[in-house]
Amino acid sequence: MAIFVPFFYKWFRHIHTGWFVLVLPLLLFIYLLQFLPVGGSMETLELTVPWVPSLGINFTIYLDGLSLLFALLITGIGTLVVLYSIYYIANKKDEPLNNFYVYLLMFMGAMLGVVLSDNLIVIYVFWELTSLASSLLIAYWFHKEKSRYGAQKSMLITVTGGFAMLAGFSLLYVMADQTFSIRAIIDQADIIAQSPLFIPAMLLILLGAFTKSAQFPFHIWLPDAMEAPTPVSAYLHSATMVKAGIYLAARLTPVFAGAPEWFWLLTGFGLMTLIWGSISAVRQTDLKAILAFSTISQLGLIMSLLGIGSAAVHYDYAEVEMLYTTAILAAVFHLINHATFKGSLFMVVGIVDHETGTRDIRRLGGLMTIMPITFTISLIGVASMAGLPPFNGFLSKEMFFTGVVNATTLDIFNVQTFWYLLPVIAWVASVFTFVYCMIMFFRTFTGTYKPEKLEKKAHEAPMGMLISPIILASLVVIFGLFPNLLAYTIIEPTMQSILPNVLEEGERFYVNIYHWHGLNTELFMTAGVILFGMLVFLNLKRWQEAKFFLKERDPLNAVYDRGLDGLVTGSQRVTNLQMTGLLRDYFVFMMVFLVAMLGWTMIRYNAVVFDFVNVSEISPYLWIITFVLIAATISIPFIQHRITAIIAIGVIGFLLALLFVVFRAPDLALTQLLVETVLVVLLLLAFYHLPELRKAKFTAKFSLPNLIVSIGVGLVVTLTAFSAHAMNHEFGFDRISSYFVENSVPLAGGYNMVNVILVDFRGLDTLLEVLVLAIAALGVVTLIKHKMKGGEDV
Amino acid sequence: MEILMILTVGILTTVGTYLILTKSLLRVVFGVMLLSHGAHLLLLTLSGLKEGAPPLLGEDAASYQDPLPQALILTAIVISFGVTAFLLVLAYRTYKEHKTDDLDQLRGNADE
Repeated sequence: MAIFVPFFYKWFRHIHTGWFVLVLPLLLFIYLLQFLPVGGSMETLELTVPWVPSLGINFTIYLDGLSLLFALLITGIGTLVVLYSIYYIANKKDEPLNNFYVYLLMFMGAMLGVVLSDNLIVIYVFWELTSLASSLLIAYWFHKEKSRYGAQKSMLITVTGGFAMLAGFSLLYVMADQTFSIRAIIDQADIIAQSPLFIPAMLLILLGAFTKSAQFPFHIWLPDAMEAPTPVSAYLHSATMVKAGIYLAARLTPVFAGAPEWFWLLTGFGLMTLIWGSISAVRQTDLKAILAFSTISQLGLIMSLLGIGSAAVHYDYAEVEMLYTTAILAAVFHLINHATFKGSLFMVVGIVDHETGTRDIRRLGGLMTIMPITFTISLIGVASMAGLPPFNGFLSKEMFFTGVVNATTLDIFNVQTFWYLLPVIAWVASVFTFVYCMIMFFRTFTGTYKPEKLEKKAHEAPMGMLISPIILASLVVIFGLFPNLLAYTIIEPTMQSILPNVLEEGERFYVNIYHWHGLNTELFMTAGVILFGMLVFLNLKRWQEAKFFLKERDPLNAVYDRGLDGLVTGSQRVTNLQMTGLLRDYFVFMMVFLVAMLGWTMIRYNAVVFDFVNVSEISPYLWIITFVLIAATISIPFIQHRITAIIAIGVIGFLLALLFVVFRAPDLALTQLLVETVLVVLLLLAFYHLPELRKAKFTAKFSLPNLIVSIGVGLVVTLTAFSAHAMNHEFGFDRISSYFVENSVPLAGGYNMVNVILVDFRGLDTLLEVLVLAIAALGVVTLIKHKMKGGEDV
Repeated sequence: MEILMILTVGILTTVGTYLILTKSLLRVVFGVMLLSHGAHLLLLTLSGLKEGAPPLLGEDAASYQDPLPQALILTAIVISFGVTAFLLVLAYRTYKEHKTDDLDQLRGNADE
């Protein structure tokens, strides 16, 4: 479908492209609604399309309660967001609408792929696609610096997590008998829990889930992602993408739950995120930034509830356990609630932005009478977010408190030590949540209207823009008043997918959400939240003078920015350190490595062998030649003049030829003599043609490091040669040369064995050697004859 | 005899490496030449230096020197000659273009 969007865009200029797009999620949503009874009665849908069967990678669609819940959220809110965006990006001419809808549909497809897949690798592929689509959407206005920054940041963080997750998936694959299928893995949960790879896999997968779901300390990308168009923020950064991590944690709960690490990681990071997000939200002045931090904090809430709920795996389904399954229930319920009210709040903020030209709460105020519908919607949304009684946020918050309070009675995982922390953090965070909800609401809609500070004359939004938030707000109310509508249709099957092995055959979770459950701790906690929230809000001026609130940006951003800069400068420094541009340095690197590697190998395997047994006699004549050769060699570095050095090189070559004579190699001696003569002539020619250099001093400065390196190289070569020599006699293989001795005359008809080998037995080498000479000659001719004109630096 | 030759090879290698590490281009060429000399001598030495007749069948001797390494070395000499000649001409052209043979001055841009 996304492929066709540009065609619609091109061919039907006068109709807003969004209308064509709208059809798809709507149809999908209706299609998925059919499965509601399916999900309710424990039956699941499966569909497999092979992709890479040899590796066990298939597109397997697996639809159970959890997938269905997410799929409904994605398509339902997707429909509303598309509808909203049609009016939000109303200017057809100026905006590249086709890009927008292509990215949006790509994201929607990827997200559906994540929640519907049963195969880990397929999940990973779709997971990265959501990251990609999200980055593209954040940078939709790519001419803005901040958009690009936000897109890059979200990409880096989520992809880092994605890679970690892939690694974790691979570990699961290894542990679970080479299968990528989640259900097959869940069936083997007992085996996996025994594995030594259990903890690493858990950590890696959780890293993926935490980065995607903006958990502390990876939440920093989410506020910067607010540079995206508001429909995108509403869709991706409140309802769907950030919940992918939640989905993953919930999906893999059957595998990992029961381990104390899982409980503490989820609960701990969730609560940390919850309180950090809610405190940070208070000091923001941008409406979208408040919502971003609020999203972070609510995601932390859901994550911590999943953590607490995982404790249920430890017990049989008995009365005790009821307490902990409540936490899962609360998580699922709040997941739905959050998607509804956060989506509507983002849309409301978009409307305010659209109709006034700003999102800064310091410039807004008194919009209550001007925008009555928007005001009503945001009242519902904000009250629900704060957890006030008639709305669904109240119910989920109550259940959250129930879960947390129940968790204090846990007698596993050392909860006894820290039990008091859980409800206290939860309670304080709720107070702050209440405060920022108040700020959002009162600063925007009450107070005095300040027309001079606004770019546009404020007025109510067009009806089309209001449809989606109205639907969402009414859902908030409906779920608030009749929460049991959802209970057995969607929440209960979802709980069954999260906790599959807890129930006996035929049992069902008891889901009943009601407003009034007596005067209990949770109710008092809520009352306290409201009371303290009021107090804090009324004294907000005094509080805001505290230094923490003056900084608008999250302090953790500094860590990220500095880290990124450090990475760049650090790698540059490393590169500059080694890539000096000097041939000498590179040569030293190579030589040192060679020496170190060979030396280490020889010492490691005791390969240094001296064997003086099998040596031949040395004639006095040889003594003299060798002595002169060595003397000439050693003298070369000390020679002052070029001519002398060239002569010394010549001497060495001719002495080598003499050595060949002594060792009875006539052809070698002949060749060596000729070659050396030609070379010396060449050297002299090259030297003669450079008059300006003739006078220059030739000796180089003495350098100790160079000397050490070269002695090392020489030593290693010598030792290797000694060992090879000794081994040679030790193993005593026959030489193949007897074949040449016997067959030169009968097979080749030649008496000179060396020449016969060169042109007959191993003629191919000679052919190519001739080629080498020809190429060298051509190169020489080219270098001398053809001068590069045009001043190119050679 | 082998011991002496191996020591010679070691010295040739040491001096060759040292020359390659110096600044002058001509000395680098010298270093390459010394290294190839060392390699040739090593090839010959490791094949055994036992007294025997030159590998000419007309000699009619009881034992011959091993002909195979000699063929190998011959090939190597010719190839290293080609390479060295090319290097020399390259060095010659570099002098002509840049008026220097100092490798430090021939360095490219630092931030490439």
